[in-house]
Amino acid sequence: MHSYLVLRVVTKLLLPFILLFALYVQFHGDYGPGGGFQAGVIFAVGFILYALIYGTENAELVLPRGILRFGYSLGVLIYAGVGIYDLLLGGNFLNYSVMSHTPAHGQHLGIFLVELGVGITVSSVMVTVFFTFAGRQKPTD
Amino acid sequence: MAFTVYAVARIRNLYAVVMLGSIYSLLAAAVFVVLDAVDVAFTEAAVGAGISTVLALGTIALTTDREKPPQRTRILPLAVVILTGAGLIYGTLDMPRFGDPNAPVHQHVAPVYLKQSIPQTTVPNVVTSVLASYRGYDTLGEVTVIFTAGVGVILLLGNWRRRRRRPESENENENA
Repeated sequence: MHSYLVLRVVTKLLLPFILLFALYVQFHGDYGPGGGFQAGVIFAVGFILYALIYGTENAELVLPRGILRFGYSLGVLIYAGVGIYDLLLGGNFLNYSVMSHTPAHGQHLGIFLVELGVGITVSSVMVTVFFTFAGRQKPTD
Repeated sequence: MAFTVYAVARIRNLYAVVMLGSIYSLLAAAVFVVLDAVDVAFTEAAVGAGISTVLALGTIALTTDREKPPQRTRILPLAVVILTGAGLIYGTLDMPRFGDPNAPVHQHVAPVYLKQSIPQTTVPNVVTSVLASYRGYDTLGEVTVIFTAGVGVILLLGNWRRRRRRPESENENENA
């Protein structure tokens, strides 16, 4: 994969737009189609593309496995943490309405945080799974 | 789509099968767009046609790209498939007509969500508010499933052997 100049250049050109589009899908999920799941996948695809063209080793320099492992725990923790925070504020589990001064604003905040957690978990897991598959050698038998 | 499925069942070259699977996902995404389910189409295109294909290709690179020819005749599996398929088709006979406004699915909670979503949450995309707010428990479960999948892949395929030599890191593995 190291000699395909066109692929390398096009990847470098596309990568920022893929990541930017992922963030757009993530944070615009309230208004248009999309949300944490889709954004997480698109974000992961950016890194997977980079790993396909430039090799898994270089991609792991950008995104070490430790960060990924931390990331996918963090996403679930954000989600569950929002639920427990609502409990502490006197609402039901995952009832976002108590999170802010007006219920609607609380719902906005809650959905935003929850989608963020989903996005972080999905992208980290996808990249991890890809790294784990791609990082293995084919068994020689 | 039917042609793709038939080809997937017949072709023995797994690279071609993966590509056809990707095409099938893309067609399914197009169908979802036609049905106005843009969010689902988005997911199908990104996950089904994108990530799954890459992961399947990664698996093929690790294993083999030829499917083994079947050794025995497959009467029993065929009978099971035909019976299940017939049962499912029989089940669809009782289903309400496509797009029927009086169907049970449009009578239960859907109107409540559609009417109250925007006043209650002020989120214009009802799919997002249903997914993250009204059905927050389900989505938490889904995220946990993805988390578990990631942990499972790491435990099965990850590079744990280096660490396992040290006895004190055993607990760390179990907690991960």
